[in-house]
Amino acid sequence: MTALTALARAIAVREERAQPLTTVRHVHIGARPLVFVPLALAGEANAPLAALVGDDRAAPHLLVVPQPRNRAQRFAFAAELGHLVLDYLRSFTHFREDVPINRGREVRQRFSDAPQLIVPNPAGVAFTRLLGRSTRLRRTDGPYAVDPVVPLLGRWLTFLAERAEHPGSSLMVAMTRALSMHWATGQSSTEDANLAALLGWIAPPEGRSPVEAAADAEDADLWPPAGPATDPTFDNEILSPAIARHERDPRHFDGLRKVLNSQLEPTWHLMWRGIDVLGGLSPGASVAERWADDRDSFTNYVTYLAGDNPLPQARRDSATAAARRLSTMERAQNVYDVQRAMDDPLVMAEYRLGGEAFAGTVTYAAPDRIDASSGRRKLRPQILVHTDDPLRLTPGATVSDRSRPKQKAVIVRVSTLDSGGYEVQLELSGGMGNSLVAPPGSVPAVGERLTYSALDAAFRQPDRFPANEETPWTHGGPPQQYVPTNDDAVEDWS
Amino acid sequence: MDVFPAVMQDFLHGDRPGVVVDSPPGAGKSTLVKRVATHLAGAGEPLAIVAQTNEQVDDLVAGIAAAAPDSQVGRLSRDGYLASARVAGHRNVVVDSKMGNLTGSAVVISTAAKWATVTDGSWPWAIVDEAYQMRSDALLRIAGRFERTLFVGDPGQLDPFSVVETERWAGLSWDPQQSAMAVLLAHNPSIKPHRLEVSWRLPATAAPVVSEAFYPYTPFTSGTGPEDRSLFFRTRAFGKSTVDYSLETAAATGWALHELPRRQTLRTDAEVARACAQLATRLLERSAVAVSEKAPDGAPVTADRIAIGTAHRDQAAAVRAHLPADTGITVDTANRLQGREYDVTIVWHPLSGRRDATAFHLESGRLCVLTSRHRHACVVVARAGIPDLLDAHPSTGRMYLNEAVKFPDGWEANQAVLAHLSEHRVPA
Repeated sequence: MTALTALARAIAVREERAQPLTTVRHVHIGARPLVFVPLALAGEANAPLAALVGDDRAAPHLLVVPQPRNRAQRFAFAAELGHLVLDYLRSFTHFREDVPINRGREVRQRFSDAPQLIVPNPAGVAFTRLLGRSTRLRRTDGPYAVDPVVPLLGRWLTFLAERAEHPGSSLMVAMTRALSMHWATGQSSTEDANLAALLGWIAPPEGRSPVEAAADAEDADLWPPAGPATDPTFDNEILSPAIARHERDPRHFDGLRKVLNSQLEPTWHLMWRGIDVLGGLSPGASVAERWADDRDSFTNYVTYLAGDNPLPQARRDSATAAARRLSTMERAQNVYDVQRAMDDPLVMAEYRLGGEAFAGTVTYAAPDRIDASSGRRKLRPQILVHTDDPLRLTPGATVSDRSRPKQKAVIVRVSTLDSGGYEVQLELSGGMGNSLVAPPGSVPAVGERLTYSALDAAFRQPDRFPANEETPWTHGGPPQQYVPTNDDAVEDWS
Repeated sequence: MDVFPAVMQDFLHGDRPGVVVDSPPGAGKSTLVKRVATHLAGAGEPLAIVAQTNEQVDDLVAGIAAAAPDSQVGRLSRDGYLASARVAGHRNVVVDSKMGNLTGSAVVISTAAKWATVTDGSWPWAIVDEAYQMRSDALLRIAGRFERTLFVGDPGQLDPFSVVETERWAGLSWDPQQSAMAVLLAHNPSIKPHRLEVSWRLPATAAPVVSEAFYPYTPFTSGTGPEDRSLFFRTRAFGKSTVDYSLETAAATGWALHELPRRQTLRTDAEVARACAQLATRLLERSAVAVSEKAPDGAPVTADRIAIGTAHRDQAAAVRAHLPADTGITVDTANRLQGREYDVTIVWHPLSGRRDATAFHLESGRLCVLTSRHRHACVVVARAGIPDLLDAHPSTGRMYLNEAVKFPDGWEANQAVLAHLSEHRVPA
């Protein structure tokens, strides 16, 4: 926990209401997200029990597995879910937009919107990932055949769960994670994992204070757990008899549905309240850019699945695939961190507090300074900036301000002022055209307030990795070609 | 016992493409690399050397250029690299950012990141230095360029890290977030590491403590005896502060625990920062003298022989803020102190003033690096109450199928070091 978050939490305790951690929203919230609230059976590995799913808050679909230990019923559940999810996904493949590439010489296409799957919490993401894993490798013929939609659902759920890990992606969002990224509450982070308690702090129901709402959330009768794990008392006293009754007499199916719906419905409403709360924040400047990446990724996967013989995702990454994926994720993480700081003064404040950025006022500017030391005359204006931030950057560091992203500033000298604070001497290059006279406005003027940071979101060439068949001896040598087999769906330990 | 002949035999004639040498802190790893490099350069065999940081590359370039004055040493660098003084001073060193301009070099040295950008060519011989600090994906990118490779490293060092948190690859033998050495040994169980067993850096007071806490199954000893090293002050303290007590305890016994009153604090605890700075400046004021096998008549402990180590960068910055500008005292994080050596170190205990003990703060490599940089004495600065903190937070890291269990466990290593430090406690 950073110092600013700790402070926000302390204030939240004192004020008895959640405190914003950001000034803008950093996740994309789609116009028509698909909310998915799954429940799993206790004691069974990822056995689906029930789910509420849908993109219309007034009309959720309730899916139920009457006997979750019965594997045939599990795959019936997956087929039902698959039809719903695939219909939803397909609805985003009608409209495309042109994207200029190669400096405008060519054009490629991507879908103008993309699906968004929202689950209550990180455990919901894990459930989705495992459901994808258990369905994507199933056969559609021979013994134990499943509905053809099941393996397709598995691929999509796997795709979405993988995107959930991708820094900055909003294709799959865990509600508690998205909310606690934007607000600090006066409770522990373990308590923040309870959706009802977290949302109670941020947006309590009518007539309840945040603290009262958080206390209400401790009552599992009032606010059942947001899944996938269920309340043990419910399991023992209500669910177990209801399943037994249905086993004896299938006419009790409606009773079982009602019982499960009672556990899911409160969370369903919380999810939409959370979507409203997040949607009420104005999006950060780079949210659209990251969503465009998400749309690219969605477009690519649709294209891949439409191609010749698309393979399901392998059970595990090969050595080169793992390294390549890690490299991609690290680049995305870096860009995401920098973009958030640039979009949001409160996030930037963290960096200022850590001394990696400073805000200050220009006290002197020499916009026409020429550097002729290397023989060629170059325009190198210098400015002095006065800052009161606890500066930790040292001479030689390259910084930039978000209002002039193409202009690099190198710290020449940092002097401590007797009156407190620092005076930073900066030499500027770039973003001023090619002549030896800086166009008006391209060099910061005296009195202008700027925030310089060492954060750099510049494009980096992707790292190069050896081809899969050139995996070196240190990493096990070239792996065998992956050929899907009937045994793929069998786990090592089953 | 000198392992050089055995290592050389294995490297030149062994049946495996790789040879591994494990080395505890200060056991002559760099000397070994230099000897192997000089040997191969003398025989006219092209050799590639991979290090992890530019600092390490410069150290190796300077060392090998001096040891093999007749061979050309190439330093492959990034664009715009300015040769540091210790590199520029050698006439047999060529610095260039393009491999094509270094073809005449007997030895080419660069960082792993720069090696990964080399698109063609292969080398019959290679040495990968500090392979425990290297991430396995970095090795994946370059291992194919080399026919036979010697991997050298210290297993007690900090594991490499990633800004991305994922458990996606946990348990896979090629997990890209593991160290290069872990992955290479997992795939090649027939490689039996050679071990260096004598630390020439750590004094007789420190080697048993570090060995027991961090190298429980591969013990090592100190190359010097208790009589070979001593630390004394040319001045006497006027009135005694706790800072002086701590320094004198450390001078007499090799260790001191400068213990501040118990308190939960922010990460950049101002009182700990001040205490670290005071201890270092007081050491200079008192004109400490270090007697060792290298300087039997005593050598003054100057600012460049003192380091202050912390867990976080902002803690290092907080300490620097309490030091006068340009003191020359090194203040850095454990990550950046790896592989470096000082006479006296002052350590900001990673668990000081904390409310919880996370995996990051418990990591055995972090404490190991911090407590094994010194030739004479180590002063640990901490808030009281760390034993209670440890008792309340046993390590609860998740276990994964097929994942090798690492020894020693950070929690246990912390306990062992604390148990030893409690005998040298100075309440401040």
